[in-house]
Amino acid sequence: MNNNIDTQWPLWEVFIQANPGISHKHVGNIHAADAEMAIQNARDVYTRRSEGISIWVVPSNSISASSPEDIGSFFEPANDKPYRHPTFYKIPEGVKHL
Amino acid sequence: MTEKEALFEYCLRLGDSSLILGHRLSEWCGHGPILEEDIALINIALDYVGRATSILKYAGEVENKGRTEDDLAYQRNERHFRNLLITEQPNGDYAQTIVRQFLFDTYSFLLYTELGKSKDQTLAGIAEKSLKEITYHLRHSSQWMLRLGDGTEESHQRCQQALDNLWRFTNELFETDEVEQLLIQAQIAPDMSELKTKWLNHVQEIIQEATLKTPETTFTNSGSRQGKHTEHLGFLLAEMQHLSRSFPNCTW
Repeated sequence: MNNNIDTQWPLWEVFIQANPGISHKHVGNIHAADAEMAIQNARDVYTRRSEGISIWVVPSNSISASSPEDIGSFFEPANDKPYRHPTFYKIPEGVKHL
Repeated sequence: MTEKEALFEYCLRLGDSSLILGHRLSEWCGHGPILEEDIALINIALDYVGRATSILKYAGEVENKGRTEDDLAYQRNERHFRNLLITEQPNGDYAQTIVRQFLFDTYSFLLYTELGKSKDQTLAGIAEKSLKEITYHLRHSSQWMLRLGDGTEESHQRCQQALDNLWRFTNELFETDEVEQLLIQAQIAPDMSELKTKWLNHVQEIIQEATLKTPETTFTNSGSRQGKHTEHLGFLLAEMQHLSRSFPNCTW
C-alpha cells in the first residue's frame, strides 16, 4: 500500500509581492518537483487576478517555526512591559515619516 | 480576391486556431493530473479563448455582414472552420497535450512576433498583447517537454509516441497560399514559410535536451485552409456549439 505522503511532490510555501517596495505576503502553498515548476505553479495558482508582480517560493521543509508550547516563554513576558513600546515619546511637530 | 476578403480569411485562420485549441484545453478542466496543472491548463485555455474573441470580432468587422464573434464561433460548420489541423487533435494523455502545445507554442511565438510588425494596426495590437501570454505558454510547455522526455521510462515513451503522432501536422503550419501571399505583399501577414527553419531549430533543441528523437515521418496532413478537417473537428464542434444551437439567441 502506497503511503500517500510519499507520492506527492514536495510542498512549497508561496509569497507574493503586490507592488514594488512592499513586503511579500504568504498566500498559500503548492506542490512541485523543482524550483522552476514551483514558480510556474505559484504563478498559475496564485496570480490569476493581478495579485502581484513578484513571487517567492520556499520549500516548506526549509522553514523553521516556533511551536505552540513556546508561546508562554517567547511572547507572554513582553505583555506587561509597556516601557518597551514607543508610546511615551511625543513626535516633534513637522517631523515626517517617523 | 480583394485584400479585405483575404484579410477576413486570414483572421478566421488565426481566430479559429485559437478558439479550437482553447476548447481542447478546456476539456482538461477538472481532469488535470494534479491541481496545479489543472489550473495552468485552464488559464492557458482562457488565454486562447480571449485571443479568439478579439480576432473573430475583428474578422466580423472586416467581413462587414453583421456577424459577431459569437456568430462566427457557434454558427459555422466544419467546412467553414479554418483552424490548423494540429489544434483539433484530441488531448490524449498528458504527454500528447504537452507535445501539441509545445509544437504549437513555438510556432505561435514566431508568428505573433512577426505579426506585431503588421501594417494592420488591429492585428499588430492583438499580436503585441498576445505575445506576452505566448511567452509564458512556451516556457510552460518547454519545461514540461524536458521533464517528460528526460523523466521516467514511461513518460519518455509516452512523450516520444506523442511526437510521432503529431509530427505529421507540423508542415501545415508553414504552408502558404493565395490568401496569405496577397497579405504578405501588403505587409499585413508574415511569411511563415520563411520561419520553418527557425521553428525546427528551436524544436529540435528541446527535443534533444529532452533525450527524445525527432520523428522521421515525411507524411503530412493538410487542408484546413480549404475547410478540410480531420475526423475530430465534427465531434468537437458538436460539444462546443451544442448550447448555442439548442437555445438560439440565448443570453446570460
